[in-house]
Amino acid sequence: MSANTWTIATARDALRKGEISAVDLTMSCLTAIDAADELGAFVHKTPDIALDQARAADARLKVGAAPDLCGIPLGIKDLFCTKGLPSQAASNILRGFKPEYESTVTTKLFEAGAVMLGKLNMDEFAMGSSNETSCYGNAVNPWKVDERKLTPGGSSGGSAAAVAADLCLGATGTDTGGSIRQPAAFTGIVGIKPTYGRVSRWGVVAFASSLDQAGPMTKDVRDAAIFLAAMSGHDPKDSTSADLTVPDFEAALTGDIRGKKVGIPKEYRMDGMSAEIEALWNKGADMLRDAGAEIIDISLPHTKYALPAYYVIAPAEASSNLARYDGVRYGHRAALSVGDGITEMYEKTRAEGFGPEVQRRIMVGTYVLSAGFYDAYYNRARKVRTLIKRDFDLAFKAGVDAILTPTTPNSAFGLGEMASVDPIEMYLNDVFTVTVNLAGLPGISVPISLDAKGLPMGLQLIGRPWEEGDLLNHAYVLERAMGFVAKPEKWW
Amino acid sequence: MSIDIETARRVAKLACIRVEEPDLQKLAEQLNDIVSFMKQLNEVDVTGIEPMTSVTPIQLKRRADVVTDGSVQTQILKNAPDAREGFFAVPKVVE
Repeated sequence: MSANTWTIATARDALRKGEISAVDLTMSCLTAIDAADELGAFVHKTPDIALDQARAADARLKVGAAPDLCGIPLGIKDLFCTKGLPSQAASNILRGFKPEYESTVTTKLFEAGAVMLGKLNMDEFAMGSSNETSCYGNAVNPWKVDERKLTPGGSSGGSAAAVAADLCLGATGTDTGGSIRQPAAFTGIVGIKPTYGRVSRWGVVAFASSLDQAGPMTKDVRDAAIFLAAMSGHDPKDSTSADLTVPDFEAALTGDIRGKKVGIPKEYRMDGMSAEIEALWNKGADMLRDAGAEIIDISLPHTKYALPAYYVIAPAEASSNLARYDGVRYGHRAALSVGDGITEMYEKTRAEGFGPEVQRRIMVGTYVLSAGFYDAYYNRARKVRTLIKRDFDLAFKAGVDAILTPTTPNSAFGLGEMASVDPIEMYLNDVFTVTVNLAGLPGISVPISLDAKGLPMGLQLIGRPWEEGDLLNHAYVLERAMGFVAKPEKWW
Repeated sequence: MSIDIETARRVAKLACIRVEEPDLQKLAEQLNDIVSFMKQLNEVDVTGIEPMTSVTPIQLKRRADVVTDGSVQTQILKNAPDAREGFFAVPKVVE
């Protein structure tokens, strides 16, 4: 098997034993990337940087005692600022923007010796569930069962496609309402959103600051543990970053969950849920029970209100965060007509630079924050958010260690198929994932099996705050029990 | 209460996004759909509930109120669409 198909753990061990060089490993990924333009995953390729970093990693590996990610080729979502390289958040408003600084996450990865292959496609400003709002065009799911091209999900669609198609060993993603977990489920890979505050947001283009968290997207749970540890840790540059020791997440993968309590929330059994999802969910619960966990029914009564609360809070924060794109300090500025003043410059720049979904969310956010509506929408949504978090707090207080739910209500859909429906239909993709962001909890999607169409389906595990290690261990048990090894057949 | 064309025009103005006159109707309809969806929140009893300000109970870090960086004018101006003589340049602001 070509080295680009390896897991991070396999590659780490092979690099340390000298069985492969970081340069050769990187070359195998660069070759795969060049043959995969049809997937639209890599939108800015950085082969020269990758090879320089790989050579440096080889020198470091020779000396010994190199970190886990030393020499590991990764893809970086376009939302992360990378010094001197395009970092556009898949938006035309940031065309040409090359940051003068490096995000904390990429700084940590590079210090650990990781190799950057390039920047990955995504929904514009991470607003979307299908990667169709990107200024670069669609990213395409490597899974294909008929003539249709399918979405890899979103917003981290490029990251998911790249990992699933073995273009890289792992990729960074970000998750505001499900943007790591939903694409992971759609492409048959693992994606974890850590506890809010575990990973620094500094240098990550902001969407909704109280919800945004970065995390890894990988081929298996062990890789998620290794990669997450390398991204995590306190950062004085992000005031919401937690000053807590980062545990050894890989060491937490004992495979033993005997006596753990896993909750099944009845409110996630939505009206009209397909029998297939229901069966998948039951199968996951059975597997955890067989492994010695106690499966208990729980109630999270405010679940139904998570989606509407999210679609008040996230646009409100976005409207404020995206006010900075005004054509003055960076990015696009509209060509002006004679007599245009500064107001026309702002309005034309933002109309040209932002795509329709981003414009819509900014305007929704502007509306819910405007005088007369602030209490009715924004404050009410924040109160409902308190109640949603309280639901989880009570479940954990009652002894629940992890919660098992489906990741998505369906498998990947065709690109363009949602174009004619109203925006709310698309928002329903996030129905099982947004609660986790609203409550600041860690959540992971694990691939389980293929559905009747032959497409991957995932289950989500939700953990206690700061207990990513325990959560990953539950995911590890589920992964081993299900034995999901299917790979997309290469058509690109 | 629903969002009419007038409200849509006002929201676009507040958001500093130019929306052409013929597009306002569609914008109003879409905003209406989204806002109706949000109205489900009115079913929840929120009496005595505090609006969430921080999702983790961790105290935000404080540091001494001192300058920690600076003198990076070139870097700050580097990505500007129009920078002149050490400043960001914009169209005329005052008539």
